[in-house]
Amino acid sequence: MNIIVCIKQVPNTENVQIDPQTGRLKRDGIESIINPYDEYAIEEGVKLKEKFGGKVTAITMGPPQAESALREAIARGADEAVLISDTAFGGADTLATSYTLSTAIKTIENYSIIICGKQAADGDTAQVGPGIAEMLNIPHVSCVKKIEVIDDVSIKVERMMEDGYDLIESFLPVLLTVVKEINNPRMASLKGKMLAKKAIIKSLDAISIGADIKKIGLNGSPTQIVNIFNPPQRTGGEKFVGQAKDIAANIVKRLSDLGVI
Amino acid sequence: MASTINIISEKCVGCQMCAKSCPFSAISMVERPEHPKKLMLAKIDLNKCTYCGICNQTCKFNAIEIKLDTLATSIDKSLYKGVWIYAEQRHGVIHKVSYELLNKGKHLAKELGTTVGVVLIGDNIKAKAQEFINRGADKVYVCDDPILLEFQDEPYVSVFSQLIEKEKPEIILIGATDIGRSFAPRIAAKIKTGLTADCISLEIDPQTRNLKQTRPAFGGNIMASIVTPQHRPQMSTVRHKVFKEAKLEEGKIGEIVDFKVDVKTIINRTKFLGFVKDESTSIDISDADIIVAGGRGVGSVEGFNLLKELADLLGGAIGASRAAIDAGWIPYSHQIGQTGKAVSPKVYIACGISGHIQHTIGINADIIIAINKDPSCTMMKTATYALEGDMHEIILNIIREIKSCRCG
Repeated sequence: MNIIVCIKQVPNTENVQIDPQTGRLKRDGIESIINPYDEYAIEEGVKLKEKFGGKVTAITMGPPQAESALREAIARGADEAVLISDTAFGGADTLATSYTLSTAIKTIENYSIIICGKQAADGDTAQVGPGIAEMLNIPHVSCVKKIEVIDDVSIKVERMMEDGYDLIESFLPVLLTVVKEINNPRMASLKGKMLAKKAIIKSLDAISIGADIKKIGLNGSPTQIVNIFNPPQRTGGEKFVGQAKDIAANIVKRLSDLGVI
Repeated sequence: MASTINIISEKCVGCQMCAKSCPFSAISMVERPEHPKKLMLAKIDLNKCTYCGICNQTCKFNAIEIKLDTLATSIDKSLYKGVWIYAEQRHGVIHKVSYELLNKGKHLAKELGTTVGVVLIGDNIKAKAQEFINRGADKVYVCDDPILLEFQDEPYVSVFSQLIEKEKPEIILIGATDIGRSFAPRIAAKIKTGLTADCISLEIDPQTRNLKQTRPAFGGNIMASIVTPQHRPQMSTVRHKVFKEAKLEEGKIGEIVDFKVDVKTIINRTKFLGFVKDESTSIDISDADIIVAGGRGVGSVEGFNLLKELADLLGGAIGASRAAIDAGWIPYSHQIGQTGKAVSPKVYIACGISGHIQHTIGINADIIIAINKDPSCTMMKTATYALEGDMHEIILNIIREIKSCRCG
């Protein structure tokens, strides 16, 4: 069972700080990491391979430095890695990105499952996974928290929803986006790190994947960012200090005065 | 030919404004020893640049030149009319976000001088259409078929996109729910148009009829406004509880239209086998008016039982920060924030939560109450009411106080 895992390199937004003077994002020294959701995607791909055989191919679209994310994927158990990189991809929105990745995936033969993280931590859109599935004309299931392989042609998954989860059966090939509930990603092993160091990362550009120039990068992007600004900061309110008993009495009184409780 | 962006070195004074303004860190400053005044020069990393033009607007010296290569095929935008909203139903119950979208849709339609349409997809669902008319919709398209009983991406996408291609709306709003976020991108990819995720503000530019869609990005650290200038329809998923529900309109007359599709055209390669309800909570946190949330400071599963007691007393739901989920004190379905759910309660009680932006981005509350022993943490500094002290002790006292109020 061959698996493709789509990953993205993102700035580590966990540690992002706002510069109090300029009110802008402090970017100095922000490291690039694998999108946290994609770690679950890689782990799930590797687990399926360990159980059913086959190989895991990690792919990413990004600048040349995104290669380090692919090496990390190999260190975590992926067998092969493909970097899709070209300045012509610059300015791609989710539609152009879905097109580019799906076009690149068409050059990879015989896959059963494509796994993506639920969303990327920088854009938070969750749009590229379903977009790829549509362009490849295969089914997809979002927010998957459990995968069960039935046979060579079908799988059963649990899809997380606001009120619980759905059980969905799907034909293969299928694209799944996964949530953190699905597994506990292992750390890279020493052997994995060695393999990652030596691995040859295949690099593909717009021409080698046979992309239509009208559908990639800025040309292929219907959406355009017109403004970026900082969200208004919430300012502090009233402080309640002293004995727990008094604090409790005061806040309950306040809330009942406001008619909240 | 691709788009180009150039720094005009004669005009650049090395002020760094562009580098600071770039949301993608695509601009760096390089030394320029040959310059008579040794001024720095801006340099653009084309691998990171998205040609968004923000640097261009920031530069006071007109030193940045952007040429956009718009091969994009222009469509005849005048063919697209009307604002549509998706009426989300699950197990036959309409999600409230649908009425919120209707309210916003009505305002947008008024500004555009057009009508509001509602798309209702399901099985035996027609009875739900009239409510949308009563609340101000001009037209409800009903897609009724047994295959549409439970939400599955492919059949819903098939039906919805056929309807779009036939009727050509200019705007489509869909709730940014688990369902909306799953199938809206697939529709956009099918009909080849733009989709903006998780919008929290929508405005019309009267000149271009473009919809300005504003959404948080980078874990809520920045807000981005996005338009879809050359394509129609313009599609957005919109967060729950950002807008108020559409109110009933006395005597509103509208039309209910059956949209029949040939079942043979509905692709479906998945099968809905069943649904398992989350029993750990009776109230869905994305719908709750009061949320009692716990973080690292809660310390244990027992700590969450105390929070649960308070939540039950207030008729609220239980939320948690990522730290509490990762510690295994409470299931992931309770997580609020960037990697969890977005909530909009009236009151949010944050217990032992320090308030990282990754958590607070998920909260849109009228009143935030922070309970923490550390008065210097972000949550305490930004809360409406900051309660300083031992979290457990304060909660115990609040529970006691409420009980005695109610008894007395």
